Amino acid sequence: MNDPHLTTTAELIALNDLEALRRLPNLDRTPFEARTLKSGILTALTWIAALLASVPLLSVIYMLVVEGGSRLDWEALTALPPSAFEQGGGFGNAIIGTLVMVGLATLISVPIGLFAAVYLAILDPDSRLAHSVRFLSKTLTGFPSILAGVFIYAALVVSMKTYSALAGGVALAVLMLPTVVLAAEQAMMMVPKKMKDAAFGMGCTRAQVIWKVVLPTGAPGILTGVMLAIAGAAGNSAPLLFTALFSSYYLTSLTEPTASLAILIFNFSGMPYENQIELAWAASLVLVMVILLFNILARIIGRRKY
Amino acid sequence: MASHYFDHIDRSGSVSSPPSAIDNILDRGFRGIAWLSAGFILALVVYIVIEIGGKALPAFATYGFSFLTSNTWNVQTGQFGILPEIWGTLYSSLLALILGGGFGVAIAIFLTQDFLQGHLAAAFRTIIELLAAIPSVVYGLWGIYVLIPLLRPVANWLHDEFGFIPFFSTPMSGPGLGPAALVLAIMILPTVASISVDALHQVPYKVKEAAYGMGTTRWEAILKVMLPTAGSGILAALVLGFGRALGETMALAMLIGNSNQISLSLFSPANTLAALLASSFPEAGPVEVRALMYAALVLLAITLIVNAIGLAVMKFATRKFEAER
Repeated sequence: MNDPHLTTTAELIALNDLEALRRLPNLDRTPFEARTLKSGILTALTWIAALLASVPLLSVIYMLVVEGGSRLDWEALTALPPSAFEQGGGFGNAIIGTLVMVGLATLISVPIGLFAAVYLAILDPDSRLAHSVRFLSKTLTGFPSILAGVFIYAALVVSMKTYSALAGGVALAVLMLPTVVLAAEQAMMMVPKKMKDAAFGMGCTRAQVIWKVVLPTGAPGILTGVMLAIAGAAGNSAPLLFTALFSSYYLTSLTEPTASLAILIFNFSGMPYENQIELAWAASLVLVMVILLFNILARIIGRRKY
Repeated sequence: MASHYFDHIDRSGSVSSPPSAIDNILDRGFRGIAWLSAGFILALVVYIVIEIGGKALPAFATYGFSFLTSNTWNVQTGQFGILPEIWGTLYSSLLALILGGGFGVAIAIFLTQDFLQGHLAAAFRTIIELLAAIPSVVYGLWGIYVLIPLLRPVANWLHDEFGFIPFFSTPMSGPGLGPAALVLAIMILPTVASISVDALHQVPYKVKEAAYGMGTTRWEAILKVMLPTAGSGILAALVLGFGRALGETMALAMLIGNSNQISLSLFSPANTLAALLASSFPEAGPVEVRALMYAALVLLAITLIVNAIGLAVMKFATRKFEAER
């Protein structure tokens, strides 16, 4: 009867076994005890921090919808950027420029990134090359985007003697590459080993196993990574500043200065004209909608289980 | 011949077969391309360092190390120095780290320590992740037209009342360090939060159960058990967040005021390396471009070192838990 392991506190109280009760640690906690109070205050502070952290996102979205939405019409989407005192105008050429350069960057970075990921995840995961490429890819994800612009300026713009959509696309590709590699590697490593073993057992070569089993099975994860990389590239303006520069006209060739939404927002935001500032908000709204679309797509694809 | 060994097997009803000669050639080609692509990434990084380093070399020969310690940037006289930019880069990133890091870790705790139920936590995590999806220029625009007008009266009141404190020693007229650091904090918050969430998730569940079993309050468990156990992972999150802040460009170029001065004041305009590149590069002549290349090399060196440290800490953190399992 005196063994506290066999009896609950309530039973001891009922039995009025005072000696046994005294031997138990006090597990009751009152709300105004110092340690409970401290815990409660910290919990409240965490809630406040969490709510405060969502204020910027809500504020940005509110401003985009109110300021950008009021100006977003067909003219804004299709017309050319206005000059200083001109009214109206739009950013049609910037939309085309962004699409072309992001498309170019995707065409360059996805094949290279996929093949590199195949090497990292399946062909030779523990080789010295794989270890260093993995480390460098992770380092590159923290690579300042402006330096990608400096690099492409030095490597491409100087030798081509002109700012161009091509240089802009390549600069964005440099930034997309590590995201694609790391996401694709992750996705391919998730493919169950027994599926690969079964394919090898059927007499498949390594290329066939990768092409017919690993890539289709890992496709959702890979696509998620690609979508996120595209969303990141679309909003990135620093590398385009002095590779693609800007242009007030529609794109006619890949080797001439090219407009993009992000650079247009940057240029117009500092102008003292109401018209340009309104257009900067409208362009931001378009840009954010495209980026959020890709983010949501990435989430939907990524959620599908295989 | 070894192949005779299988000759008695009837393959007519089977889909399996040994690879043909063409299959083998394709296999070799495929693996060759994969090897080349992996090698390409290695070569790319080397090429980036060589290209920026090589273009910075003439300026390094001309200005030497005094480039890092002098604070004039004058194209007419050909005098270039980036001390104010180095100061601005480190100071703004540090302020962002204090604010964004604090909030980021708080949110990681909020998301992992049973503050919200499953689907609500997932929804909140999405909000934080979307914070990272908003482009830098849009934050810049928001900073100019929302944040600065909002901050200016507060800043000027602080200057009037507490002007003797060095942080408030100048009035705020417009763009400056304060709004820039605030936006920077918002931008690195998701990085810090998501890496910290991973670090907290790595702590074995039984560790938390054991703490609660001892009768700890929620915050005793968090402060004395969870945070110390996930400590190196959270440190990695903070270092990588700091690295992200160092290289952030567009929002800073729009908000920091691009002024070549060193001041402790939160409200005075300043400049950073990345913002200097963004604002000066497009219109620079050949002499200035050389100096800017040197500045780019300095930025590259700082960010590579900080990121390498962050990744090393993260690797150490992950390995610790793998050993325990």
